[in-house]
Formats: sequence, structure tokens, C-alpha cells
Amino acid sequence: MEGGVVYESGLNLKATELRLGLPGTDESEKQTTFNIRNNKRPSPDTVEDCGSSGSSDDKHGGHETAPAAKAQVVGWPPIRSYRKNSFQAKKIEVETGIYVKVSMDGAPYLRKIDLKVYKGYPELLKALENMFKLTIGEYSEREGYKGSEYAPTYEDKDGDWMLVGDVPWDMFMSSCKRLRIMRGSEARGLGCSI
Amino acid sequence: MNYFPEEVLEHVFDFLTSHRDRNAVSLVCKSWYMVEKFSRDSVFIGNCYAISPERLIERFPRFRSLTLKGKPHFADFNLVPNDWGGFVYPWIEAMAISGVNLEELKLKRMVVSDESLDLLSRSFVNFKSLILVSCEGFTTDGLAAIASNCRFLRELDLQENEVEDHKGQWLSCFPDSCTSLVSLNFACLKGEVNLASLERLVARCCNLKSLSLNHGVPLDALQKILVQAPQLVDLGIGSYVHDPDSETYHKLKCAIQKCTSIRSLSGFLDVAPPCLPAVYQICLNVTSLNLSYAPGIHGTELIKLIQHCRKLQRLWILDCIGDKGLGVVASTCKELQELRVFPSYVFGVGRAAVTEEGLVAISAGCPKLHSLLYFCHQMTNAALIAVAKNCPNFYRFRLCILDPTKPDPVTMEPLDEGFGAIVQSSKSLRRLSLSGLLTDRVFLYIGMYAEQLEMLSIAFAGDSDKGMLYVLNGCKKLKKLEIRDSPFGNGALLTDVGKYEAMRSLWMSSCEVTLEGCKTLAKKMPRLNVEIINEKQQLEASPPDDRQKVEKMYLYRTLVGPRRDAPDFVWTL
Repeated sequence: MEGGVVYESGLNLKATELRLGLPGTDESEKQTTFNIRNNKRPSPDTVEDCGSSGSSDDKHGGHETAPAAKAQVVGWPPIRSYRKNSFQAKKIEVETGIYVKVSMDGAPYLRKIDLKVYKGYPELLKALENMFKLTIGEYSEREGYKGSEYAPTYEDKDGDWMLVGDVPWDMFMSSCKRLRIMRGSEARGLGCSI
Repeated sequence: MNYFPEEVLEHVFDFLTSHRDRNAVSLVCKSWYMVEKFSRDSVFIGNCYAISPERLIERFPRFRSLTLKGKPHFADFNLVPNDWGGFVYPWIEAMAISGVNLEELKLKRMVVSDESLDLLSRSFVNFKSLILVSCEGFTTDGLAAIASNCRFLRELDLQENEVEDHKGQWLSCFPDSCTSLVSLNFACLKGEVNLASLERLVARCCNLKSLSLNHGVPLDALQKILVQAPQLVDLGIGSYVHDPDSETYHKLKCAIQKCTSIRSLSGFLDVAPPCLPAVYQICLNVTSLNLSYAPGIHGTELIKLIQHCRKLQRLWILDCIGDKGLGVVASTCKELQELRVFPSYVFGVGRAAVTEEGLVAISAGCPKLHSLLYFCHQMTNAALIAVAKNCPNFYRFRLCILDPTKPDPVTMEPLDEGFGAIVQSSKSLRRLSLSGLLTDRVFLYIGMYAEQLEMLSIAFAGDSDKGMLYVLNGCKKLKKLEIRDSPFGNGALLTDVGKYEAMRSLWMSSCEVTLEGCKTLAKKMPRLNVEIINEKQQLEASPPDDRQKVEKMYLYRTLVGPRRDAPDFVWTL
């Protein structure tokens, strides 16, 4: 796989790696972003030409072993600074992660996790289980997290506390403001479907 | 000669709105000049350094509407250093002191300070409209001054400006008595606004027709706003993310159904594609759609959206639409007049991009196309020839191939013939931007055929001075010429120096022009400002070698001599 970087599972470098692209995107998207990644510092003064346009036959970029070495030309392509800067802002947004607080009932202090690191709910729940040394179990639409003493919940944009797992992952990522792991009878109450 | 009382003349002149007509009328005789002078209502100044505010006020004492442009066009692409100039403050100050009854101000590529905005807001009681395009230098504090003090404000339109956010609740500064807003566009602001203030403002401005929100305004706020403003004609959506099964989304759908006047849609700065169906209803009547800041809409969702837009006349889109997507546009949007396709690769979204195929499809399906901006990976002569044949009505044709010197990938030839076909077929072409591998030949064609051409942008093109000369000799109506990285030198620059007084400006960067050539030109033409931008101190001051090439030269005609606000790195020869 081109552009592959070895991740040491022990240090979990991947968890803190800044990278382009949303989690859950597949390797081919990573291939796209590798070309752009040569621009280490998103600078408004230089724009890297699309790496795939190196060869004239290469219409759609296709499969490359390395990005074509394109000289960075100031002011080319001619895109207004405002537009380019809003691209950069989006890139930075994509790169810096969505950090949310995680509280657990009874714990002396809160933790923070980056939602961008996880591809979906199973990964997130596993991470929470590891972080707090507990078992949450499996999600079911009907019964929530039955069988567990804990229920993962989150506060959404409207300020409501929701059960983790009901909505699509992408929607969860954009609406989750903070997480709270409820325990005990409160949790079981939430787990029972209405 | 019959005697016409001045009131009659003035009444007749009221029907003359174009600057050209009014200028012509001023030349007829002294009394016409005087009547026209005092009745000129709106003034357009394409280069703020061509004239001084004092002389403007003396010439047209009663104007109420002013348009000013500052930095040269290539400043958009970071070719002009910060602090080059284009300050609006002296203009506002002069108008305030002279008691001009300013009502409308439109600025493009100018430096606008908070002090300027504050002075503007306090100096003109009838001030109604502020439009800022690609400006910089101000913060939300300046906007707060405008909101607080302009009692009859109708229009506040901020397009693609770099604005520093001071988190000062500027929008809440509109007093409760403000009910006059017709147009409010703050999509380019990066910070949050007070949503409750925004809703109340929209509720009390019943004439509001145009509203563009920034990404700080979420979907639930949008829903409440639309309930208050079903009369909107132009809507820019900020954040469009929600759960499509929620009650909020359902309420939004109902609110949108009542907005039957919307003809222009833009924004979607953040978007959850499952929420898009709510806007399909609007799309049926939309004539202008700007999705160029919406990388979140792509693939099948984008196609579905476009398929509802049968009445579209203007479309701004990202190239992730792909050639196939453009094919859908071609078969759906038969009324299309303007198309802009921007590069999206920097968003990291998808791999689809556009080539000549997409453009040919559009030209075949949309014969009314007259304005184009197209960023693509490649272009062929055959495609351009087909486009020229299908669409003979271009007045604006701007092509940008991402690899600036790329030849026709099929024949490996330069794109001279293709562009030649465009200029030959579109007889009313006023603006042209070239790219790709190009020789002097394309300029021969341009000089021969582009009779109405007013603005030409050249990059990495041509072989010799002949190219530039073809253009200068042939294009009689040329007003703005901007050239970068092309082999044109002193020979081309100095052959017809009188031409530059008939033009607004000339920009040449990374060409073959030397300091000596520029000095010669400046000496011959005292009514031109020949400015050298000397950023890297490459031209040492004592004494500079005249044979050195000049990195950046910008010259323009002016009635007021060298400007006094030029920074150290700008030399006026």
C-alpha cells in the first residue's frame, strides 16, 4: 500500500497522528491525501500542484508509487486567497481532531478523547472500555446496552443526553459535544427502550 | 440653437445610467458638462490611484454612490505583498469633510480599517449600502460600528473578505429600531453570531430579500429564521447538519415549503447529505446555485440535487462533480448562462476532477452559456473548437489548466488553435484568461479577432515580444493586461507607449522586462505611474544595475502623479 506508515501498536501513535481525511475513510482516500501531504506546512504562498497531473496520459491520477515532483508555483492555480484559506481552514479542521470530554459517574477526574481517531462505534466503545477499565457490551437498538452496568451517553447540539449508538457514526461525530458514562440504576433506566 | 432649461437637461440625463454615456454627454458643451456634473449620482473608479478623492468631489459634488477598486487583480493570488496599498480611509475622510451625501459604497480589493468603518458609519446620515468584496484589514468591531450607527442601512454584503473575529456580538448592535435591512450577507465571517439577535433582526426586517449565513448558524436556527422570512429571494445556508428524523428537520421542511420566492441558493458550509431532500423543493425554481464552498455535497447526493435545478442560469461548483456530473448538468440545466468550476483537491475530497470532456458536454447541452471559469486537469484543441462552435456568445472565458504549460494531451500540440477558435467565434468576448502550452500564435489570433476584449490574463505563455505586440496592436479596447512568467521584454513594453494611457493598467511579473526599460517608459509617459515592487531587495538602491530584470511591475494611468502612500518596497519611477 503506497504511502503506508508503520504504526506501533504499543505507543498507539496512530491515535495522536495528525492526518487528512475523516476516520472511516478507506486506504484509497489516504492515497489521495498522501500526495498533498508533501506540503508540510499549509502555506498561503505556495500551492502544490495536483500530484497526479505529472504525466499527460495520466488522466485521473491512477496508481502512483510517489507523487510527481511538481515545483510549487506561487499563485498557481489562480485561486483567490480567501478561497484557499478557507480550504486550509477545512484542512486544519480535518487535521486537528474532535476532542470531547468523557466523564464517568464516580470517577475523580474527566478524560478527553479524539473522536476522529475512531472508525465507528465498536472502536469507540472499546477505547472507552480500555480507558475506564469497564465493560459496556454490545449495542442493540431495542435494549441499548443490556447486561452492562454502564451506558455510554452523549450530549448533543440541542443539549439533550442521548444514548450512544442510535444515529449514524458521522452524524454522531458532528453532534456529540461531550460523553458521559452512566452507571447503576440510571444507566439501566436509559437502556430500557421506550 | 434651442434653449433647454437646465431642469429639462437634468431630467433627460436622468435616463442615462451608464458611465460611458454620461462621460460622452459631458463633452458636448460647457452647459451640458455643468448639468451632468451636478447630476452625476454614481461614480465608478476602477483604480483608486488614478484620481484623488478631492478631485473626485470637485468633479462630481453631488454623487451618492461610489465604487472603488484597489489592488491589482493578481493580488488575489498572493503576487502582491501586504501593505502594498489600496487604503480606503483617505476617501472616507475626504468625503466626510466635504459633506458628500454618501449613500452607497462598494469596495473591491481594498484595505479597510475599523477606523474607516467607524468614520463611515458616523459621517453619512443617509448611508444605505455597504458592499465589501475581497477586502481586508477590518474586524467585527468595524461591523459593530456599521450596525450601531447606520440608521437606514439597507444592505451589508460581505463577500470573501478576511475579517478578524473579535467575538464582540456585532450583530447584536443593530438597534431594535432597525427594520430597513434588505440584504445581509456575512457568510465569510469565521466567528459565531448571537442567534437570538439574528432571529429578532430577521423578524423585524420584513423587506429582507437576501440573507447569507456563516457556518456558525446551525440548522435549527435556520429553521426559525425561515419561518420569519418566507419572502427571501436569495439564501446562503451556513451549517446544514442535523438528524433527518428529528422534529427540527421536519419543521425545516415545512418552513422551506413556504419560501416560494427563493431563486438563489448558496453556502452549505457544513452539510449532512441526508438532510438535502428538504431543499429539493427550492431547487425547482432556483436560477443561481453556488456550491463552491460545499465539499460535503458530492457524488450521488450532488447529482440528485442538480437534477432538480431545471431553471438554473448560474452554477458555481467544485470539480469533484466530475465530467459525468457535468454531463448531468448539461442535460438538466438548459438555461445555463454562467458556469464556474473550482478545484477541490485541496479539500481532500474524492479523486474525480474535470477534463475537456465535461466542458464539451456542457457546451453541447447549454448553448446559452456566455460566462465560464473552468479549472481542469487538461484541455484539447478539438474540445475548444467544439466549445467555440456550440457557444458563440462568450463574453467571459477563463480557462485554468492546473499544470500551466500543459499541451493538448492527444496531439501534444500547443493550445493556440483552440483558443483561436474561441476568440474567432465569440465576437463579444470581453474577458479572456489563457493557460496551457501557448506560443506567439495564440496572441496573433487574439490581436486579429478579439475586437471587444477588455481584459486579458496571460501566464507561462508566448515565445517572444511579438506575442505581446500582437495583443497591444490588435486589441483596441484593451483596458487591463496582466502577464506573469512569460518571455516579453523591453521591446514589447516600449514599442507603443501611448497605448498605456488608453488602458487602465498593465501588470508584468517574472517577465524579461528590465529596470532600464521601465525607467525609459516612466520618463516618456509622465501621466503613468510605473511602480516596481522590489520585495527581496534584489534591486539595490545605490546604484541599481539597470540591466537587471524587474520581478514585478505594475503601471497605470493617473491624473494625480505618484502616490504618497507607497511602502518602502514599492518604487515609483
